[in-house]
Amino acid sequence: MDFQTRKNMKEKMAFGALRLFSFSIIAILFFILGYIVINGISVVSFDFLTKMPEDGMTKGGILPAIIGTLCLMVVSLAIAFPIGVFSGIYLNEYIKDGWFKRFINLMTNNLSGIPSIVFGLFGMQFFVNQLGWGDSIIAGSFTLAILVLPVIIRTTEESLKAVSNTFREAASGLGASKWQTTYSVVLPIGMPNILTGLILSMSRVSGETAPILFTVAAYFLPQLPHSIFDQVMALPYHLYVVATSGNNITESRPIAFGTALVLIFIVLVLNLLANWLRKVLGSKVKMN
Amino acid sequence: MILNKVEAQDLHLWYGDFYALKGINFSIKKNTVAALIGPSGCGKSTFLRVFNRMNDLIDNVSIKGQALIDGKNIYGKELRVDELRKRVGMVFQKPNPFPKSIFENVAFGLRVNGIKHKTYIEERVEKSLQQAALWNEVKDKLNKSAFELSGGQQQRLCIARALAIEPQILLMDEPASALDPISTAKIEDLIYELKQEYTILIVTHNMQQASRVSDTTAFFYLGELIEHDNTKKIFTAPDKMQTQNYVTGRFG
Amino acid sequence: MIKHFLKDFKERFIEGVLFLSSTTTSILVVLIVVYLFKEGVGIFNRTPVAEGSELLVSAANKVNKLTADEVRKIFEQEFTKWNQVGGSDAEIELFRLDDITNYYTDEQLGENFENMPHCIDTILMQHPNMIAFVSKQYVLPNGRACKVSIDKIAVKQVMLGNRWYPTASPVVELGIWPLLLGTIWVSIGAILLALPFGLAAAIYMAEIADSRIRKILKPLIELLAGIPSVVYGFFGLVVMVPIIQQTFNLDVGQSALAGSIILGIMALPTIITISEDAIRNTPRAMREASLALGANHWQTIVRVVLPYSVSGITAAVILGIGRAIGETMAVLMVTGNAAVVPTSFLQPVRTIPATIAAELGEAPFGGIHFQALFFLGCMLFLLTFIINVIVEMLAPKKLKR
Ligand SMILES: Nc1ncnc2c1ncn2[C@@H]1O[C@H](COP(=O)(O)OP(=O)(O)O)[C@@H](O)[C@H]1O
Ligand SMILES: [Mg+2]
Repeated sequence: MDFQTRKNMKEKMAFGALRLFSFSIIAILFFILGYIVINGISVVSFDFLTKMPEDGMTKGGILPAIIGTLCLMVVSLAIAFPIGVFSGIYLNEYIKDGWFKRFINLMTNNLSGIPSIVFGLFGMQFFVNQLGWGDSIIAGSFTLAILVLPVIIRTTEESLKAVSNTFREAASGLGASKWQTTYSVVLPIGMPNILTGLILSMSRVSGETAPILFTVAAYFLPQLPHSIFDQVMALPYHLYVVATSGNNITESRPIAFGTALVLIFIVLVLNLLANWLRKVLGSKVKMN
Repeated sequence: MILNKVEAQDLHLWYGDFYALKGINFSIKKNTVAALIGPSGCGKSTFLRVFNRMNDLIDNVSIKGQALIDGKNIYGKELRVDELRKRVGMVFQKPNPFPKSIFENVAFGLRVNGIKHKTYIEERVEKSLQQAALWNEVKDKLNKSAFELSGGQQQRLCIARALAIEPQILLMDEPASALDPISTAKIEDLIYELKQEYTILIVTHNMQQASRVSDTTAFFYLGELIEHDNTKKIFTAPDKMQTQNYVTGRFG
Repeated sequence: MIKHFLKDFKERFIEGVLFLSSTTTSILVVLIVVYLFKEGVGIFNRTPVAEGSELLVSAANKVNKLTADEVRKIFEQEFTKWNQVGGSDAEIELFRLDDITNYYTDEQLGENFENMPHCIDTILMQHPNMIAFVSKQYVLPNGRACKVSIDKIAVKQVMLGNRWYPTASPVVELGIWPLLLGTIWVSIGAILLALPFGLAAAIYMAEIADSRIRKILKPLIELLAGIPSVVYGFFGLVVMVPIIQQTFNLDVGQSALAGSIILGIMALPTIITISEDAIRNTPRAMREASLALGANHWQTIVRVVLPYSVSGITAAVILGIGRAIGETMAVLMVTGNAAVVPTSFLQPVRTIPATIAAELGEAPFGGIHFQALFFLGCMLFLLTFIINVIVEMLAPKKLKR
């Protein structure tokens, strides 16, 4: 066998191995998803989604955890989204490249590199204790908002960067002020991508546990929250609790699988939505 | 009859919908230098890259007609691309040494073609660097990074790299366009030397360069080969008006 | 005129709001650093004596200064003679609060133990070789007994200490070395497992897969990144841990290995995405030069593309380690959380984030334990900060685009 044949055989084998490794990652993904779906699907029912936990969380539903997580998603993004979009706008539309922008970007990068448990520590010290909010939706949401703020800033910046300058020139050529140009021309064009960022942030918030451990999450609460100063249960924390420290771990296993499935379902739906948004609205923008 | 070394017969090439080469008929003999001239965007690089099948790397390229080396179709089924590329060396417009040592740059082609013998590799590296008129400048720093060389030296290194695997044909795409006049002169001398052993196709924008180094000159315009003849004739009494206009600098 | 002014004002106002928003992240970073370090560094201002307690000796005892280690050894009865800590040749007598009933009756102590301080003071008078560990509230002000002074907690003790017993008495032990090592072991293990897969997938997606397959793979990798860590932890707990336990015939499957596997899976998206970008960044000219010399695609990848993108791939690996170091829930659920210096991947280990998550709920607010956990937070912050800086330096500007 000559060298050329050997070298091309080697190539075939190498590419085969690469393909195998790559698809084994996908296999792992499907195994994890499949395992949880198969074990969880029989647990998830209307009752499961709409009832309170019963019998030391070995029976009943997970309604308070679902409501809690929804509250956290809504409130934290109500905080982070405007701030994130505003700063993204400022960074992309209002200031030129320079030390200030570099500094802000550096800080944003740093913030996004901080582990989520550290946000938990900070949230506990600052929102819960210093500001005296106690363990509450508002404290947890602020903590989670810090976590997703860099994501929103970055997607906003990138979405706006992708908007062609001709739009800005056209608008300011018609006498529109900076803000009018941004608000009525640039922002609408960049919006689909910004919304994609928003949705992915919601997905992130729904699954985070460490930041809410000491700022809001309750082990068990028999009632739903009345105000943002109440504690709530949350899906990820609930999963942690029933999986590791419930009164009876074997008996609460089904509840754990059901909770995991609901969590994964939320993440999956939000991811699909984000992808769909990127595709559908993204292509519309290009046509303009 | 002497066989044509490099030949194209009614060669068409499309980049997707874009019709880049429109039925080229072209041939040169062994150990000659052919210059390809013409305004930019008219398909010279594309034509050059037909002969080492570099265009294969680009999606959506379709080719019709024949490209032949030593009378054999290089787009035939039984031909292996890496074998072909071993026989047809290429020097690019911008020097593109690898981020490796000077020695490893020249040895690269030998290694990927399965040559392991250490002393043979060393011999080839030295010989190629000498052929490329670079040996005296780099012989003491063969293990230094190729990026430490000047632009002109880098380009000669790339020529040495191409020569190391002893190709029969050398494709050069504006090899001196990014270089200073002194380096350019060196490369031109080099081409003159190399003609003894190699068949060379060189794209150039520089009319003087074409007339100095080449035996024949081909004028391309908008994807067509307008005229291909002795260099002297092309520059003094071309058959076509378009060629006349171009070589006298009236357009392009 | 006024209309003009209003419009101008509105523009200015909006710009101000936007500007303020853009400073949020910087302010937050500063706030986080301040609040974290203020609490965390506080431990170095304390003595390691357990919360709200005091060590007393008789005034006759010439030893009135001990190290934390000596105190621990005395109370563990490793040291039994005062001369072992620089005192006389007498036996050490230990006294803990519970021992009070050996000396006094309930009546003598009073209904609300109001006589307790006095009683303790007297006992110490009568027993010159006694050392007492008592609550601060039972120390008689201006009493005859002598407080043992103990050095403040030292940086070296914390950074290099081998024992993490933040609630021990009479002295706490805050050696974070086992936690630090546990964190590093699990993270490095994760990367070693993830790297071959991640790099293979990155090469496959950047070089080999056609765009149709890439369009399917990309969102799946993103989904892998989107699965919450607590779900990974749960999966690890119910699937990986039993498998490891059976395969290696262990008492418990919770181990560094389980943590590394789960973290490895979680680190894959980071490694893949960043390496893929780096590989794609290899200039076309490099590829063409290699192919033109007769190299095939695989040779070009190995000899040209990978060496060229090595700094980007390194950045990916380091960033992956950074993510793994900070990961909390998954690790907490599968590593078994034993605070010992790791010696094998099959043993339980405990990481810094897992320690914080597991213990902060029980640590009294503002106490030594609480502050020690904040100090762990500081360490985590510093580790990830350093990693960010390294990545920032490694990754060429264009990589982030
Ligand atoms: N990869 C490609 N895809 C599409 N069109 C291309 C590609 N490469 C070159 N072309 C087009 O083909 C024509 C010929 O290009 P080229 O051969 O590079 O010209 P020259 O070398 O004579 O300047 C140009 O119009 C160019 O735009
Ligand atoms: Mg060209």
